[in-house]
Amino acid sequence: MTELFGFSTLDLSRFQFATTSIFHYFFVPFTVGFALIIAIFQTIAYRTQSPRMENLTRFFGHLFFINFAVGVVTGIVQEFQFGMNWSVFSNFVGNIFGVPLALEVLMAFFLESTFLGLWWFGRDRLPRWATLASIWIVALGTSISAFWIIIANAWMQHPVGYTIQNGQAVMTDFWAVVFNPKGLEWFAHLWTGSLTVGAFFVLAVSAYHLRRKHETDAFLVSFKVALVVALAGSAGVILAGHEQGQSAVRDQPMKYAAFSALWDTPTGKGMPESLVAFPSNSQGRNTFELSVPYVGSLLAFNNFSSQAKGLHELQAESVRKYGPGNYIPYVWPVYWAFRIMVGLGGVMLLTALYFAWRWRAGKLADPGRLYPLLLAMPLAPHLANFSGWIATEMGRQPWVVQGLLRTGDAVSSLRPLPVLLSLAAFWVVYLLLIGLDVYLLTRTARAGMHAPDVEAQGMPAPHYLPEGGTL
Amino acid sequence: MTLPLVWFILVAATFTIYFFLEGFDFGVDLLRPFLARNEAQRKALIGTIGPFWDGNEVWVILAAGAIFAAFPTWYGALLTSMYPLFALILLALIGRGVAFEFRAQVDDRRWRVFWDVTSFVGSLLPAFLWGVIMANMVRGLPLAAAGRYVGGSFDFFDAFSILGGLATLALFVLHGATFLLLRLHTGTELHTRAHRAALTWGAFATVLVLGFVYLGFVRDELFRSFGLSSWLFPAGAAVNLALVWLALTLRRDRLSFIATSLTILFSTATIFLSLYPNVLPSTLDPSFNLTIQNSASAPYTLRLMSWVGLIFLPLVIGYQAWNYYVFRQRVKEDAGGLGHGY
Repeated sequence: MTELFGFSTLDLSRFQFATTSIFHYFFVPFTVGFALIIAIFQTIAYRTQSPRMENLTRFFGHLFFINFAVGVVTGIVQEFQFGMNWSVFSNFVGNIFGVPLALEVLMAFFLESTFLGLWWFGRDRLPRWATLASIWIVALGTSISAFWIIIANAWMQHPVGYTIQNGQAVMTDFWAVVFNPKGLEWFAHLWTGSLTVGAFFVLAVSAYHLRRKHETDAFLVSFKVALVVALAGSAGVILAGHEQGQSAVRDQPMKYAAFSALWDTPTGKGMPESLVAFPSNSQGRNTFELSVPYVGSLLAFNNFSSQAKGLHELQAESVRKYGPGNYIPYVWPVYWAFRIMVGLGGVMLLTALYFAWRWRAGKLADPGRLYPLLLAMPLAPHLANFSGWIATEMGRQPWVVQGLLRTGDAVSSLRPLPVLLSLAAFWVVYLLLIGLDVYLLTRTARAGMHAPDVEAQGMPAPHYLPEGGTL
Repeated sequence: MTLPLVWFILVAATFTIYFFLEGFDFGVDLLRPFLARNEAQRKALIGTIGPFWDGNEVWVILAAGAIFAAFPTWYGALLTSMYPLFALILLALIGRGVAFEFRAQVDDRRWRVFWDVTSFVGSLLPAFLWGVIMANMVRGLPLAAAGRYVGGSFDFFDAFSILGGLATLALFVLHGATFLLLRLHTGTELHTRAHRAALTWGAFATVLVLGFVYLGFVRDELFRSFGLSSWLFPAGAAVNLALVWLALTLRRDRLSFIATSLTILFSTATIFLSLYPNVLPSTLDPSFNLTIQNSASAPYTLRLMSWVGLIFLPLVIGYQAWNYYVFRQRVKEDAGGLGHGY
């Protein structure tokens, strides 16, 4: 395989896949969490028949739409990329991996795209209950979509329900694939994580307008709803993450050892957990390490005595099992990404708890000193997601399908030039999109609600109007 | 009928539905700069496809997903061999997908022009490239063993494939025009212009589609592999193209749309029938051909997928049809189409 500027097709394809996935994942959890919150708003509007709530729903719906578009288009790239850049992988796993993907389209994408339009455009043509049902169907669709994609990913990390025939993984048990214990754990983690993405965004927008004293009544409602979701999401994501860590020790011990930068299997009693470490793959150890005794055992096994295997021992095991090769992932990005994710999870939970305490104290409506923090908080869940994906995907290298197919063997036989060109083009487009998305979101969010109260004048149903919208 | 064959037919059907549905929204997009003279008219034209285009686009994701699950070898070989074409289509679809959304967000002329250009190019590229891809698929590609592509990046373009691309492009524009005849208020200026556009593009489409079939039939002996009825589907397409003319002359809007729809159906069917029993033939050696049988998934997966399709496809078609029913009213220019809320 030839190289271009020192990059092989494999390097470029990996970089392109990481780019697409991470970029796509700025939008996916947003739609999952945000759709649910908007559905709750719509429900409140439906029950209270309050035009103010209707406008609030419309306002957040407008923000949702801006994001949804980018999420959809980047998702198409994600799907096509498997065949374009990873045709060996596609051929190897298609029998299994293709099924949840097709299910995602049939069960989720069609629902989302159709009912989102019905919800937004159809409100003056549909009965109120149908409008309400539409947004709940959209919310359900986004979650179903996340479910199937996680089932597909979980299979790559923990293959179940298959045999190998003629060099292809062939499905033998669909339900084993669906109820892959890994998949269910990860879905819980991903879904609750998505709640935090939506919730902290709504919190930030609401806090901004509460401070400005703009539509205080409505934004107090959105603040409370988002706060409850943020609490549930950040507590849930931590609990689910804890479960995942414990199952990683069993199923993907190499990844777990990389999470902890654990080079040597601990001797003596219990297992320490490093607080800070500078791992070095070339030296096969941490050049600096600060750790606390027993905490590792507590986190991984819920006791003070059990021990996980270190990277060196696991490497020797892998060589015995799979033949010669380097099976240790690149530790430092995995280690640090993991820690950033965990740390941000803690920050999110503490923030949510603080505002829950203010709510209990009856001080929610008066903008406190910590409100500016909320304006930065939407970044936290995004960064946590970003780090989480880096940790989990780099942590399983060199495998693309754990124990069955190595990343280096999965790539298409392409020359590097077209891959480099497409990579560059995708980067340009993605950077442009993310810039525009942030610009439009901020602009629309800051503008606040501008809906004219036309219902009272016997006009058709009120439509939220963005600032400057000429309709 | 074997399961792989069932899935081959389903893949063909999915592409047909995709070309039928997104064909007209590509067409409307491509006609917009030529039909609309002012912002209200542009909005009306966007409004004709506003609630539909997103759902239409999902059909291509389904087509890809169906090939991935049912014919993994085909999926890898197809997308890898025509990598640059698919990369362009993806970039185009990205631009187009956000253009509708972003266009209405800022009230500024240059901003709107930027997104109008984006969505025009975003429709132009796929409308042309899908034809090029289909033509390459039918003619075959230099594939070595296991579907490995050994040709160059520019081998996709020759007279046959370029004609194929232009034919789909013209057909989609015509289809968009007849769709507009259904969606715009009759007797308006826009409706009249759409009618005129349909006549013009009907002429282009007829010449190009017939030229494509002629080249395929006579020069490349491509559309001959389906035995007795080899003439049936191309003839069906031709008859319907003629019908478009008749309907346009008689000003029967619904009939003209049905005729362009059937033209697309017959053309896509022609492509897939002439592929049979291959899915991607090799121009190097017939033994390297990817066939329906040798690229299909195992029976378990195909049975499973059949159940899934049996349950969900009717459901999807059902609620998409309902979506079209809900927004069945013709679009008025002064009301800004269905664009309210944006």
